[in-house]
Amino acid sequence: MSDQRSISVAGDTSLLTGHQARPAPSISKPRKGLISGFFEWFGNLGVFSWNVLHAALTPPYEWRELVRQLDEVGSMSLPLVAIAGAAIGAVLAMEARSSLSRFGAKSMLPSAIVYSVVMEMGPIITGLVVSGRVGAGIGAELASMKVTEQIDAIEASAINPFRFLAATRILACILMLPLLTLAADATGVFAGWLTQTIVEPVSLRQFINSGFNGATFNTFLPPTFKTTVFGLIVGLIACFQGMRTRGGAEGVGRAATSSVVLSSLFVILADVVLVKFILVFFP
Amino acid sequence: MNHMATATNMANKQDEIESGGGAVVLAVENVYKSFDGRKVLNGISLGVNRAETLAVLGRSGTGKSVLLRLIIGLTKPDSGSVRIHGQDISSLTLDQLGDVRKKMGFLFQHAALYDSLTVGENVAFPLDHHRREMARSEKTDRVRQLLAEVGMERDAGKMPSDISGGMQKRVGLARALALEPEILLLDEPTAGLDPISSGEIDELVLKLQREHQMASIVVTHDLHSAKTIANRLALLDKGNVVIEGTFEDLQQSNIGFVQEFLKQA
Repeated sequence: MSDQRSISVAGDTSLLTGHQARPAPSISKPRKGLISGFFEWFGNLGVFSWNVLHAALTPPYEWRELVRQLDEVGSMSLPLVAIAGAAIGAVLAMEARSSLSRFGAKSMLPSAIVYSVVMEMGPIITGLVVSGRVGAGIGAELASMKVTEQIDAIEASAINPFRFLAATRILACILMLPLLTLAADATGVFAGWLTQTIVEPVSLRQFINSGFNGATFNTFLPPTFKTTVFGLIVGLIACFQGMRTRGGAEGVGRAATSSVVLSSLFVILADVVLVKFILVFFP
Repeated sequence: MNHMATATNMANKQDEIESGGGAVVLAVENVYKSFDGRKVLNGISLGVNRAETLAVLGRSGTGKSVLLRLIIGLTKPDSGSVRIHGQDISSLTLDQLGDVRKKMGFLFQHAALYDSLTVGENVAFPLDHHRREMARSEKTDRVRQLLAEVGMERDAGKMPSDISGGMQKRVGLARALALEPEILLLDEPTAGLDPISSGEIDELVLKLQREHQMASIVVTHDLHSAKTIANRLALLDKGNVVIEGTFEDLQQSNIGFVQEFLKQA
């Protein structure tokens, strides 16, 4: 297994190395089929994931770079996530108020807002906002490093780029997503209360008590922690797309765009599976 | 460039070769490499001894840079072997390869400095990762010393984007020397530089050779630079060595391609 790894890493598979010297593909050459390209992408992603996992679990550990990435992913995304959460909370309050009033269930409004925000809207909005901000950032940064041979320089300096560049970023995304989700949940609930109290004054304590009535940790922990999977998806896809980039400035742009598009898509698809999983195992 | 100094250097290097080069530290044996079906290296074999500099010359696209990438393990050969101190690197894992790479310094053609780090941080980067036991003050001194060696000690706080191409190459060289390598690989160290900067880089490489006694491979188009800094020259064509020897050997060769190359260069 270790020999296979050395071939894929130190060799010239399409993941990391050997691209600079390759001639550009001929225009007249037939393009790779969609299906074979699809399977090749997943195959390469699998090899990349294995390399990152192996690098992440073996010393030396890149603690300093991890802390830097935690700051980059966490603190830098916090304002955006908080604002997005607040906007969703406010919109939910306005929409739910009009709908619930129609059925005479206005007293359910705090619960409707809290449950909607914490169970689904907070996690998914955080996942999408982070995939936009962090996914594009990681994709563009690593792609730029790739095309300017900085990743080769890291490797030539006897530093494992899977460990230093990819594992730290992916781990930072995994660790920070639940915390950012809590921030989005908090601002969402607060904005929901604010929107409600403008129309019909109610104290925050009363709103919270009513909103969380009957809730247990089991209700709220799984939706919050499912965002670790969103973090894995965003980090993994952005690092993968960035580190396999070819072709100058155009390639960097393509890597940034594909990082956002693919990670957003996979976050939404993963959400479907995770919601079903939570409903089955945490009823 | 001082021609007297160059002539003296050449004479010294000739003496070194005649007195016996020492052990082979790096050997490329019968290496083949193709990209998308196009042969780039076609059974090439080369060796470099300790404290010796080999200049690899040739037209663009003859596989000179690919050769360097194979030597440091960034690219894997289709067949053949690359041996560092007798160890074939093509069968090593990435972490094992890392141990071999610590003995090598690589100057990239465009320096490849980390653009988010300052000049000083770029040079400190390998030390931060491989000399973790070093005290902070010790690292700072070492970085200062390395930058002083390449004449960049006043620019430690600048970003790579704020310095010229020649200065970036100097910093790249300082970074390549940070771990005190036994083998130095230089990819077009003078490409894109004005004659004065090229001369300065050549002088710098010569100084480093004298002081550090490294085995070096210099890939270049610049015949004057190759003549100045190398003990031996290897001329590549169609992925293989056409001739290997001193500059005088090349001059005396009656191979048409060699004569044409020297005439055009």
